[in-house]
Amino acid sequence: MITLSPLKKFQYPVMAECINPDVFKGKTTAEIAALSVWEGNKQKTLGDLFAIEETAAENPSIVINGDASKVRRVGMGMKNGEIVVNGNIGMHVGEKMAGGKITVNGDAGGWAGSDMKKGLIEIHGNAGDYLASPYRGSSTGMRGGTIIVHGNVGSDSAVFMRGGVIKIRGNAGPFLGFRMGDGTVYVQKECGTRVGACMTGGKIIIAGALQEVMPTFTIDSIKPKVKVDETETAAGPFYVFLGDLAESGSGKIFVSKAVNPHLSMYEKYL
Amino acid sequence: MAEMLIKNGFVFDPINRINGEKMDIAIKDGKIVGSVNERRAKKIDATGLTVMPGGVDIHTHIAGAEVNTGRLMRPEDHVKDVVRKTPLTRSGVGYSIPSTFVTGYRYSKMGYTTIMNPSMPPLEAKHTHEELNDTPMLDKASYPLLGDWWFVLEYLRKGDLTECARYVAWMMGTSKGYAIKIVNPGGLESWGFGRNVHSIDDEVPNFCITPREIMCGLAKVNKMLNLPHTIHLHTNNLGLPGNYATTLETMRALESVASGDKPVAHITHLQFSSFAGDGWGNMRSGAEEISKYINAHNHITFDMGQVIFTDTTTMTADGPFEYTLYELSGHKWVNTDIETETSGGIIPFHYKRNNAVNATQWSIALELALLIEDPWKMFLTTDHPNGGPFFAYPKIIAWLSSKKARMATLKKCHKKAQKKSLLPSITRELTLYDIAIVTRAGQAKALGLKEKGHLGVGADADIAIYNINPEKTDIARKYKTARRAFGNAAYTLKDGKVVVKDGEITQHVDGKTIWLDVQTAEQVKVDEEMKRRFKEYWTVEYDNYPVFDHYVKVPSPITVKADV
Repeated sequence: MITLSPLKKFQYPVMAECINPDVFKGKTTAEIAALSVWEGNKQKTLGDLFAIEETAAENPSIVINGDASKVRRVGMGMKNGEIVVNGNIGMHVGEKMAGGKITVNGDAGGWAGSDMKKGLIEIHGNAGDYLASPYRGSSTGMRGGTIIVHGNVGSDSAVFMRGGVIKIRGNAGPFLGFRMGDGTVYVQKECGTRVGACMTGGKIIIAGALQEVMPTFTIDSIKPKVKVDETETAAGPFYVFLGDLAESGSGKIFVSKAVNPHLSMYEKYL
Repeated sequence: MAEMLIKNGFVFDPINRINGEKMDIAIKDGKIVGSVNERRAKKIDATGLTVMPGGVDIHTHIAGAEVNTGRLMRPEDHVKDVVRKTPLTRSGVGYSIPSTFVTGYRYSKMGYTTIMNPSMPPLEAKHTHEELNDTPMLDKASYPLLGDWWFVLEYLRKGDLTECARYVAWMMGTSKGYAIKIVNPGGLESWGFGRNVHSIDDEVPNFCITPREIMCGLAKVNKMLNLPHTIHLHTNNLGLPGNYATTLETMRALESVASGDKPVAHITHLQFSSFAGDGWGNMRSGAEEISKYINAHNHITFDMGQVIFTDTTTMTADGPFEYTLYELSGHKWVNTDIETETSGGIIPFHYKRNNAVNATQWSIALELALLIEDPWKMFLTTDHPNGGPFFAYPKIIAWLSSKKARMATLKKCHKKAQKKSLLPSITRELTLYDIAIVTRAGQAKALGLKEKGHLGVGADADIAIYNINPEKTDIARKYKTARRAFGNAAYTLKDGKVVVKDGEITQHVDGKTIWLDVQTAEQVKVDEEMKRRFKEYWTVEYDNYPVFDHYVKVPSPITVKADV
């Protein structure tokens, strides 16, 4: 197990894609300290910015203690092992992740789990905007794996999602699941507007309040419960909306009936 | 200026019929000379290396409004290929639409020294030249899009070729262009009304003229003006199954203009115009029919438009075609009408091995290149970035020169495409001499660039030296060695200066911008009538339209005496 502690409060973004169990594997502490990172526009080594300690324990592979909210791209492309962050973490945590586990005992910045393929990210605080969404302009969103956020998330989550499961225990911002094609998003509390805009497939489950459903969605039925994944089922009843019809989509939005009495006007179309 | 001597290299200079002879090349003042003072001259030891003229690319979209819009709409394309600055070079981004500086550096690293930017709407000419000014290491030129320009359409309809020629000559100077580019003749004007032309005899709305008349008319104009290049033609129905019939008809139509053995038209990215079948389901290669025709006729040259299996960006003035691509892929897209001149469209596209159509396209380009016997008619391009980025050229060289290389790629392609491909039956492998033709000599000859593409006395000292020993390395078997060598030139010389050594930039040079100063007996009158038209039809005033001389950083005009 490698423990990293920031040596100072970072003023500039630190690009640290080398903080990855696959990269650290088989390296001595000295070799790890020599890995290159960028702090702002200066190239540094990991040892310049972090105190690095090694202990005999196998799991987790990497622990970051302290405020790493300026440290970006941690666990980028990782395939194995586990990273635990005791504190906040910066943008792009677990980007392009293909396996393993990342636990954040704090808040995560934007683009957590962006372009993720496999593995598990668990964030015990809040997540920023663009959770599991692709880089700007790209149309490859999350394709697999699981993300669990115990707090709230910002806007534009699950954009271009193509597979996997996202569970948000708190609130979600607007534009959740924009252009989503497959996969499941479960929001346990309130959800922002324009949910599922341009979606063509997949399902979004909203157990909390939702102000409105986009006019390009049509009501399909009322379901008593809906399966989130193998281990979890959301209890309803839920209104089921189909759309986005502007894109000839067949995505489904499940909205809690009990919490959203203002949507009862849709019942007459059933 | 320093004298220089490249000693003992294996020289491939097809224009001067030199095929791998061991000889020295002498350079003085940026030109190739007969001999230099051996003691004083700086020497480059090219023992065991291949020496060729600097590469020439006849068709590559590297600058202009379209290219830049492509850059703007694809941040995700750039994030995967970031280029940091070094003490000598500037920072930038690569991948399918590299920034201007990276374009220059990467071409130079492959030993290329001259490139042609093939589609410049005259309205966007200033923008194009601004970007060309910032594209270092290379000599470059642009082809203005004239096939759907209202003035051309009007005079051709009236049958007034002389007046049409005068306007084309005027436009060459005004936009600082090099050749007549025609894209989907008639189709782009029709696209302004939401229509397209589907054969070379369909009528263009409002102009009562057909694509056949436009192409033949401009080919005649090209001859009257004695332009160094032929018309540069992107055929009708490009990118649609069954279009090889249109291409054949186009080539037959141009026979009427041909005289003698001189080519009268260059059909660009021919791969995209050689689809057989009547739908995407049964789309197959039309290379056999096309190559049979081109083998029997001498009035056509073409470039491949090879497809590379990668994520790239397609961009062409052919707006209707780009819209078809959007309907197929559903990807983000741009489409625009460029006033009285042309149209344009951009859409990202990912060519995949396991897609039957894409894999067939890959095969078609190679089939064309290998089935057409005369290498002087065929040039290596990807139609960058439409078929793939230009820095994939070494891969194409490997495919062309090694059956082993292309079969290795074909084996990984979609089963249906493998079954339909003609490649297993083709044994031809291009030699280094042929490669020198298709990547430089032939292109320079087709472009009429007298000082490029060869190493004879008087030529520009644009030279590429590659790490291949033709006596020891058989590029047909060691294709990976060839690929590496052509991707990282041992030396690139631009105007006698070493700009690349061992695949690294050693010096920053600004290339020249070449354009035509066409001198006609009588010039176009820029009178009140013309200015009125500008006021009426264009969004810019006449006074803001031309590219003035000071706009071009390193100007290199070529004077052409016209017959009219």
